[in-house]
Amino acid sequence: MFSIKKTTGAIIAGTMLAFSASTVAVADSSSPIKIPTHNWSSQVVMAYVIGGIFESMGNNVEYVPADSQAVYEAIRIGDITISHEVWQSSFGKSFYNAMAKGGVIDAGTHSAPTLEEMGVPTWVIDKGLCPGLPNWEALKNCSAAFVTPDSGGKGRWLEGPQSWHGDLMPTRVKALGLGDKYVVKFAGGADALWADLASAKKEGRATIIFNWTPNFTDAEGFTFIEFPEYTDGCRTADGGDGSCGSPKGWLKKAANYKFPKTHPKAYTAYSKMSFSTTDIGQMAALVDIDKLSHQDAAKKWLADHKDRWEHYTK
Amino acid sequence: MNYSSKQPKVIQFAFLLVVFFTLYFLIGPADSNFFWRLPPLIKELPLLINNAANYLMFEWMPIDVYDPEIEEYEQRALVKQITRAISGALLFSIEFIREILLGGVKTIVTFSSWDFVSENKWARWPALPWTVVAGGAILLGYKLQGKGLAFLAAFATSYIAIFGQWEPSMETLSFVLIAAPISVILGLALGVWAFKSRRVDTTLQPLLNVAQTMPHYSYLVPVMVFFGVGDHAGAIATVIFATPPMVRLTLLGLKKVSPEVVEAGMMSGCSNYQLLFKVVIPTARHDILIGVNQVIMQCLAMAVIASFIGAKGLGFNLLLALNQLRIGQALELGICITLIAVVLDKLSLAWANKQTDYFSDLSFFERHKYSLLFLAVFVAGTLLAYIGTFFFKEGFNYFYIIPHNKGITTENFWQAGVDWIWDTFFFSLKAFNVFLITKVLMPMKAAYLGMPVIATFVLVMGTAFILGRLRSALIVGGFLLFIALTEWWDRALITAYMATFGVIVSSIIGITVGTLCSQNKFSSKAILLVCDTFQTFPSFIYLIPVIMLFGVTDTSVLIAVIVYATIPATRYTVEGLRSVPPELHDAGSMSGVNRFQRWVSIELPLAFPHMMLGINQTVVFALFMVIIGAMIGTDDLGQFILKALSDKNGIGNGLTLGLCVAFIGLAVDQILRTWANERKKALGLN
Repeated sequence: MFSIKKTTGAIIAGTMLAFSASTVAVADSSSPIKIPTHNWSSQVVMAYVIGGIFESMGNNVEYVPADSQAVYEAIRIGDITISHEVWQSSFGKSFYNAMAKGGVIDAGTHSAPTLEEMGVPTWVIDKGLCPGLPNWEALKNCSAAFVTPDSGGKGRWLEGPQSWHGDLMPTRVKALGLGDKYVVKFAGGADALWADLASAKKEGRATIIFNWTPNFTDAEGFTFIEFPEYTDGCRTADGGDGSCGSPKGWLKKAANYKFPKTHPKAYTAYSKMSFSTTDIGQMAALVDIDKLSHQDAAKKWLADHKDRWEHYTK
Repeated sequence: MNYSSKQPKVIQFAFLLVVFFTLYFLIGPADSNFFWRLPPLIKELPLLINNAANYLMFEWMPIDVYDPEIEEYEQRALVKQITRAISGALLFSIEFIREILLGGVKTIVTFSSWDFVSENKWARWPALPWTVVAGGAILLGYKLQGKGLAFLAAFATSYIAIFGQWEPSMETLSFVLIAAPISVILGLALGVWAFKSRRVDTTLQPLLNVAQTMPHYSYLVPVMVFFGVGDHAGAIATVIFATPPMVRLTLLGLKKVSPEVVEAGMMSGCSNYQLLFKVVIPTARHDILIGVNQVIMQCLAMAVIASFIGAKGLGFNLLLALNQLRIGQALELGICITLIAVVLDKLSLAWANKQTDYFSDLSFFERHKYSLLFLAVFVAGTLLAYIGTFFFKEGFNYFYIIPHNKGITTENFWQAGVDWIWDTFFFSLKAFNVFLITKVLMPMKAAYLGMPVIATFVLVMGTAFILGRLRSALIVGGFLLFIALTEWWDRALITAYMATFGVIVSSIIGITVGTLCSQNKFSSKAILLVCDTFQTFPSFIYLIPVIMLFGVTDTSVLIAVIVYATIPATRYTVEGLRSVPPELHDAGSMSGVNRFQRWVSIELPLAFPHMMLGINQTVVFALFMVIIGAMIGTDDLGQFILKALSDKNGIGNGLTLGLCVAFIGLAVDQILRTWANERKKALGLN
């Protein structure tokens, strides 16, 4: 009896909501949309770009610094409204974990194709430190070039923190039969990767690090290693043996489940937003190369590329 | 039993080591052998904690709440409503102070609505021009102490303004100005309560122990889930971190108050309230003030970590600068943090030491001299800012607020410095690095990991038994057992290996430097100032240059550990040696000892208990830094605590791992403390 009552109640409430949504001209709530800022340039600039677009539509915006892994839990609970750079390989797990618990929705994908993979700075290839790269088979014969003091005589792969993809890389090294020549070291964060990149360059030492594109390292030249192509089910988690490279990844947008209801117009614009590799590269370059502050870079990008974003707001 | 306890400790230790090594070489690695590794019986604990927290937070006692935004009723758990109410109050206070300093709309929104603010563009709180804030700080310094403090305040505010860090600095300041008083008041209240009630005291002690040794990373996720992301969450994590020393020092101070003072108060007819606030607390002022100093240091030391869960300001900008490898900029930001810490510390000290003059008969003008002066500064600053609007055309009014990163910068200079160090020392450092890793660190790590669990227990519990009898041994054994029953024992061994190495090197450096500097009054003062500076200077800044020089290796982590953990070793050595009465020096000299003999036979034994407390702190600092070393790249407990930020069972994993680290620290603490106390008794100190 009780359950029937509850269901009818829900139906009535549902129809009422649908009714009010279709008849009353829905305006966005004036409470601020909370956009997280993480610790890398392109993300922060894009936060201010998206914030600027929302502001141009008359919304209020607030920026909240947050950890890039912990942010999904915050979106789920509703303390943060969106996350506009969900990298498949690094944050996919946190994103889907939060989604499984309920409260996070998928608000579409950027057009920028991403790749997150092990690779070497291009000058390593130019100098011929490992002939045959970027084909992965070349790695078999030049592990000595990648030896570090703590790698026990094997070549070292510098992978991102364990929180990004767990044991994916150690499994791959073994599956490709490189286990007796290479060892995977987990770095503590992106800073550690960039620091190793910078010091390797100064020293003229070869290094294999985990990296992604679009990224600021594209400008200096970075070549991803070509592993056996990714196929569905090739990873151990999906039943394969793990001897494959990374898929061409997606860059998604996440939002709190209430966002479409509280800010219907802003949400529509947000779900349409799709930045390309060029867009992201331009945003990052304004900060990393032209040394503008993140806010100024966003303002400049918005002013210079009106054609790229104004159609989202309509 | 009787026989062995009569033996000198050296023989007992020798016996212990023989047993240890026999076990070490007898038991080979085999997963099924319980003497090698205990089965992870409490593997489920993190999940349990997690489910309990989730139940409490999202399901227990649901109440219907109307959400006007989506025009629906929602079920929300009672606890969430309560924690969010606390968050709201905190956030309001932080925003209120922030808007006085930087301007904004949030305070007005609280009393009206976002709709009102969106419609009325005039409804905006103006910022105090930076000249007024700086002038106010200088005046306050002058009023509370005099020229010296006024000069310091002037230097700090102009540094922050000139380097274009005004906005992030004020953001950090506004959050510290809320977190620090809360910590002080909370610490004072808990300390007084523990002083009054023995039961509270005994329940509080273990909680304080854990809170002080648990790495701050491990409670970030719980704080975030319970209180949300934002400045308030940062403030709450900071309060958890900063309150324990305040409680400790309050309690210590109150216990030291002599009964005569209390009796005198009672004879003068004090009420309970008067007795506490007019007699006891002022008498215990010295220790309580050290507590306040510690709170301020801890608050600013948390500035960077707090930005992981939403605190705006210097900490966040610092992480951003480091991610772009802009070490020079990070350094400038770090100096801002240290300057704010020093100024706040000195101001609070001066304020607390200021005696009220009850007898002077002042005119209205004399009494309100400083308020009137501030009014003048306010008017002048505002006028200047107004004039500035005509003067600066390109949109930045330098007389109002210096825009972020638009000041001068010495970034290139520091960058050049880093490059120079690189060019000059890199190859010799590299040779050293290779030697250290292959000849010292890797074998040491392998030795730790090759330890059968039974051998570890025998060694640690045996040491505790020899130094502190059965009770100590059982307590330490309990701590170890907890870690051994989780699935992270191997990780804990790696943490222990790095902490051990760090503590040994830090202690040697700290005791040497401390001894040398304590020979002279001025060098003692100078070295204590250096200690203060390094304690608040964010350790993240030297992580990056260290990685550049030593790579993503354990060496980098250990260098960061040693820089940080040497601070308490040095500080306590200086304090311990300085507290040896000069009469004893003279007595020694008269008996014909030379300088070195005096140090070995008189000063060192007398300062030993205090220095042991320093080593104790060194262990805690080293563990903290080993955990932060996860940001460089380690495979110990720290890496898993970092990973907990994205785990499904993040709350449970983070807290359990944090407890493992805390228990390592507490086990060492137990051993060292009982030993220090025994030495104290033997020497007839207090």
